[in-house]
Amino acid sequence: MAREIDESQIRQAAQLARLELNEQEIALFSRQLSAIVQSIEKLNELDTKNVEPLIHFLPVYNVFREDQVRPSLTNEQALANAPDHADGYFKVPKILEENSSA
Amino acid sequence: MEKKEYKIVVGLEIHVHLAARTKLFCGCELAYGQPPNTRVCPGCLGMPGVLPMMNKTAIEYAILTALALHCKIPPFTKWDRKSYFYPDLPRNYQVSQFEPPVGMEGFIEIPSNDGGTKKVRIRRVHLEEDAGKNVHTLGNFSGVDFNRAGAPLLEIVTEPDMNSPADVRALALELQRIVRYLGVSEGDMQKGHMRFEPNINLHIERGGQVFKTPISEVKNLNSFRSLERSVSYEAARQYEEFLETGKTQQVGNKRTFGWDDVREATVLQREKEEAHDYRYFPDPDLAPVKVSEQWLQQIRRRLCELPLAMQNRFVSQYGLSAYDAGVLTGDRTTAEFFDRAVKLGADPKRVCNLLTQVGLKIANEAAVRIDELKITPENLAQLARMADAGTISATAANTLFEYLARHGGDPDSAAREQNLIQSSDSGEIEALVDTVIAEQPQAVQDVVQGTKKAGKAQGFLTGQVIQKSGGQANPKIVAQILSKKLAALKEGG
Repeated sequence: MAREIDESQIRQAAQLARLELNEQEIALFSRQLSAIVQSIEKLNELDTKNVEPLIHFLPVYNVFREDQVRPSLTNEQALANAPDHADGYFKVPKILEENSSA
Repeated sequence: MEKKEYKIVVGLEIHVHLAARTKLFCGCELAYGQPPNTRVCPGCLGMPGVLPMMNKTAIEYAILTALALHCKIPPFTKWDRKSYFYPDLPRNYQVSQFEPPVGMEGFIEIPSNDGGTKKVRIRRVHLEEDAGKNVHTLGNFSGVDFNRAGAPLLEIVTEPDMNSPADVRALALELQRIVRYLGVSEGDMQKGHMRFEPNINLHIERGGQVFKTPISEVKNLNSFRSLERSVSYEAARQYEEFLETGKTQQVGNKRTFGWDDVREATVLQREKEEAHDYRYFPDPDLAPVKVSEQWLQQIRRRLCELPLAMQNRFVSQYGLSAYDAGVLTGDRTTAEFFDRAVKLGADPKRVCNLLTQVGLKIANEAAVRIDELKITPENLAQLARMADAGTISATAANTLFEYLARHGGDPDSAAREQNLIQSSDSGEIEALVDTVIAEQPQAVQDVVQGTKKAGKAQGFLTGQVIQKSGGQANPKIVAQILSKKLAALKEGG
């Protein structure tokens, strides 16, 4: 069953990923992504009733680190690649609504 | 009070900062109040090509808390990326746990207003990383500090089982006690260790029909006071809104509010047009976690008696007042110190008085825990027994507690050294009573003749005897002997 990724879906995905796409790109990605989704959907023909969902591609679990402090970067190093900084902070455009995200 | 015609329904989302030494996925130190961007590394700054490494202590703290909240612990959990853009989120995704969480389907018991306890169901407990912090001190720009980014946060979500602002406050306080008892968080409100987000609505009964108002979520409350007040405020606001508009809860009409601490009012936050689409997917950089029965057993051993259970036991088993039991179980060290002294055979009320009236005062003044004072539970038990036996007076017990708290040592020898042993030697006391009777004929006469000054006079005579003993005569025995002698005089006279 062919599934189309239409242009409005491309626009929405671009919006969510903060990507600016022009009309040609939107048309191109719509075509390309539709083709990708179609070929992936071929897998749906397989009977996976008895297959566990894959969570991770390696059979590894419980990779832990002990709770020990390791050296951090200096403030100068931390800010070295920042487009702009001030008073030790990363300087960003004014944030209007103050609600921390986490 | 008029009967409310609505029921408040509240569920709570709580974020708790875990007291690990380092961040959730890197070895940067968790330190409060440091200069900005000095506890950061390529990992928590979201540089390309870095590999997160899971902090074992953080996940054990999360499981321990979930166990204390009576949750089921799924044998398997994993890490998911929650994608969104915000300046304080360096990787543009937050590592969280979507399904399954560390713990689910538990409950917490909270004190209810009738003096009993109430169960509030816990929907889920999961671990996630905190975001950085934005500051607005840079004029037309904002500044971002990532010292907090990646700090281990425990998110606890309750079912909507709370029905008053007091319930909500009680749950927040109880959870604070629990995480402190477990040692998984300092629960310091000043440092933002606990943040609350209540979901509030009303069930209004009209003509046998129940109307549910649209749900309000209040974001980022960081004090018990603002939490309680925001729930009260929202309940009143929603009721008025319902009377005006008749609007009821529908899919998609939940709204988000902030809390204005100055105006003490909730403020509607601007909603984005696009619905949230976090596009959760398993983080390929992080290995899933299997929780074996053996590991679970190890963690379970770190559980302790929960604060509310202990508080109720102090009332039912030891006969303390609810107030005293609440004070003693305010922190785990004090509660266990008290419990141990009582289990060594001391009278609970006596131990409680010594601890709350002297012990906690000294500890607070020195800003230390009760077990950091030099007095041990064994000393305290002995001290209480000495006071009960009349070997020392109640006042002397307080003095001795203070002395032992500062210098340590054995209560018996300390009492001797300080000359605080009370004399119960009746021969000695009898002699003193005779002397006082001989010296104070007027007072004696008042008692013997039963004048209206008789009561006062007898008290005066008792005081004189104790004074003559240098404060060491046991007042009970003095009173006994004095009464006997005066009665004899009365009969004889």
